[in-house]
Amino acid sequence: MSKILIRGAKLLGAEPQDVLIVDEAITAVGSDLTVSSAESATVIEADGQILLPGLVDLHTHLREPGREDSETVLTGTRAAAIGGYTAVHAMANTFPVADTAGVVEQVWRLGKESGYCDVQPVGAVTVGLEGKKLAELGAMHDSAAGVRVFSDDGKCVDDAVIMRRALEYVKAFDGVIAQHAQEPRLTEGAQMNEGIVSAELGLRGWPAVAEESIIARDVLLAAHVGSRVHICHLSTAGSVELVRWAKSKGWNVTAEVTPHHLLLTDELVRSYNPVYKVNPPLRTEADAIALREALADGTIDCVATDHAPHPHEDKDCEWAAAAMGMVGLETALSVVQHTMVDTGLLDWAGVADRMSFRPAAIGRLPGHGRPIAVGEPANLALVDPAYRGVVNPVGFASRSRNTPYEGLELPGRVTATFLRGKATVMDGKLT
Amino acid sequence: MKRHLISAADLTHDDALLILDTAEEMARVANRPIKKLPTLRGRTVVNLFFEDSTRTRISFEAAAKRLSADVINFSAKGSSVSKGESLKDTALTLEAMGADAVVIRHHASGAPHRLATSGWIKGSVVNAGDGTHEHPTQALLDAFTMRRHLAGAPDGGPTYHQGPGDGTGRDLAGRRITIVGDVLHSRVARSNVHLLGTLGAHVTLVAPPTLLPIGVESWPCEVSYDLDSVLAKSDAVMMLRVQSERMNAAFFPTEREYARRYGLDAARMAVLPEHAIVMHPGPMNRGMEITAEVADSGRCTAVEQVGNGVSVRMAVLYLLLGGNEPAITTENRTEETK
Ligand SMILES: [Zn+2]
Repeated sequence: MSKILIRGAKLLGAEPQDVLIVDEAITAVGSDLTVSSAESATVIEADGQILLPGLVDLHTHLREPGREDSETVLTGTRAAAIGGYTAVHAMANTFPVADTAGVVEQVWRLGKESGYCDVQPVGAVTVGLEGKKLAELGAMHDSAAGVRVFSDDGKCVDDAVIMRRALEYVKAFDGVIAQHAQEPRLTEGAQMNEGIVSAELGLRGWPAVAEESIIARDVLLAAHVGSRVHICHLSTAGSVELVRWAKSKGWNVTAEVTPHHLLLTDELVRSYNPVYKVNPPLRTEADAIALREALADGTIDCVATDHAPHPHEDKDCEWAAAAMGMVGLETALSVVQHTMVDTGLLDWAGVADRMSFRPAAIGRLPGHGRPIAVGEPANLALVDPAYRGVVNPVGFASRSRNTPYEGLELPGRVTATFLRGKATVMDGKLT
Repeated sequence: MKRHLISAADLTHDDALLILDTAEEMARVANRPIKKLPTLRGRTVVNLFFEDSTRTRISFEAAAKRLSADVINFSAKGSSVSKGESLKDTALTLEAMGADAVVIRHHASGAPHRLATSGWIKGSVVNAGDGTHEHPTQALLDAFTMRRHLAGAPDGGPTYHQGPGDGTGRDLAGRRITIVGDVLHSRVARSNVHLLGTLGAHVTLVAPPTLLPIGVESWPCEVSYDLDSVLAKSDAVMMLRVQSERMNAAFFPTEREYARRYGLDAARMAVLPEHAIVMHPGPMNRGMEITAEVADSGRCTAVEQVGNGVSVRMAVLYLLLGGNEPAITTENRTEETK
């Protein structure tokens, strides 16, 4: 029997309390909990740090199978644990594509073996992410992986009929389609946000309307067929307005935002440094502010990292030749603290909601995103909000280093992460 | 002046005048029997071209050679540039060869900026055209040409087609320059808007709305969709090359319609003020943006621009690489009088 006593932790930011973990579950929450010395419990003095439910990421690229040079399930889940995550949804754009029960079960099994973080595979909507033929969504759901989130992420399901059918079909098992909203014709060869900066830099623009037109269509489709749709990585103020409108109608629409879209803007592209190249692209200051406000008022349901590892050589080149994407698991909570908590937009209970409760609920993920209460699985993250540190990718657990925050001072650090009572991170380091 | 020339926006008014005035000195060298200056002897200039442009390459090559630099032409077109890594590998190779300056032409916007800021090389970087971003030496040679015609008379005014004057010491304050055509994809337009603004000119861009970038309203210039409304008050009209392939992407319906609405023909040229010049960065699409009659008229400076390109590029290389001594020493002046 293993026992861990966390003393003096602010549960979701409230008054300090003690939490006792026995084996995989929380067995007591209260003041002045004690364990007899004979019980050989591990005692952690939280000293006023914040205790959160283990974070849940709806949008992670683990790259395995196929691109193990950039990340593996093992290295990706280690990075997740460092970031305070206890569950990640692994996107389907691997090689081969996770469009069959076989591939999703393989990813699911690799996650089990890693032991650092639960891996919930996302299934592709269409065969090969080609947008033409529905993948065996039911078979993936019925597999050991129990897939409930389906996405062609990296590509948009742009055919309206395919999207409609997918939305309808997954109702049979309460699935959700997570749409990467990008009208393909409007974004051919697109390199960055279309606006003042792209005009000057001579880089082909990725207009906001290419995202917003797909969102508008898909919320209408979801309403029409009575399904739920989830919008990946919302990046524009206009997208926020559309989701707000859809929610006001009572439609089953959810949305996520990435940490980088909350913090960074297209002004950074003036450096032509491909570390800022991402899809959807960094937008304007006005967009970032709208996204923060929408996350604060709940229009945007959750933060998702879109952790997208790339090997060094794919970023060490000219902008047009570089790969799109940024790693994010290890810095997400710090960016959220910086943009949302330290600015007064969200309290820690809000962070728990947007980074754990709601993403787990959208993914229908059992055992995660649960309250910190007796009888609940001990999936927890202990956060020191007073910490200040400069981001140094050399120390990353991820196999890739493509962070846009290198050299930036960010607040907060995950000092401990518990996956069903087992510490995956202790004193800020992997166990 | 900065160590690199990446964007025309990096040039201050003083920088720009210094380059143009130095180019006038260089132009005088070109008229001498011995066209060579010893200024950059022992220095190595690499022409690194990832995109074909014989015109620009030979212009830089002639400029470097007239300054006695060693010139290496490195054409990377056709190599595995799609992967992109070759820019870095190539840069490291050039660094090992001891390049003092790298003149780079690249199909990707920002490649010269990457080359200058990535730490791959130590030498100066000169942007000879990057993607749809900038082409600063083209803007400099355009400004040089405009200055000679529009501010080249002894009184500082236009020369009325009596051959180019000498605009040394003058800028383009108050001159009205109209740039017509595919601004969206034009690095020439971007560099000209920056430089001409710095030199005090009023720039008007004319194009169908499809060929203007979203965000153009933030540029320091005017925008018009109607060529005829701006001609009468233009001191110079610069016609940009328009690729007919653009109509396949629905930027405009047909070549004929483009030529009718935005092409410069004799009738439109007649509306220009008497002193006004017609410019083209070349190569011209006769019958598309410009009629043969206009292209071959005495008001068109296209050929002269090519010659001025060498002088301007000499000035740029000289100022970036050797700039603290006078370009033309007493010693070469004596040579001149021989
Ligand atoms: Zn995506």
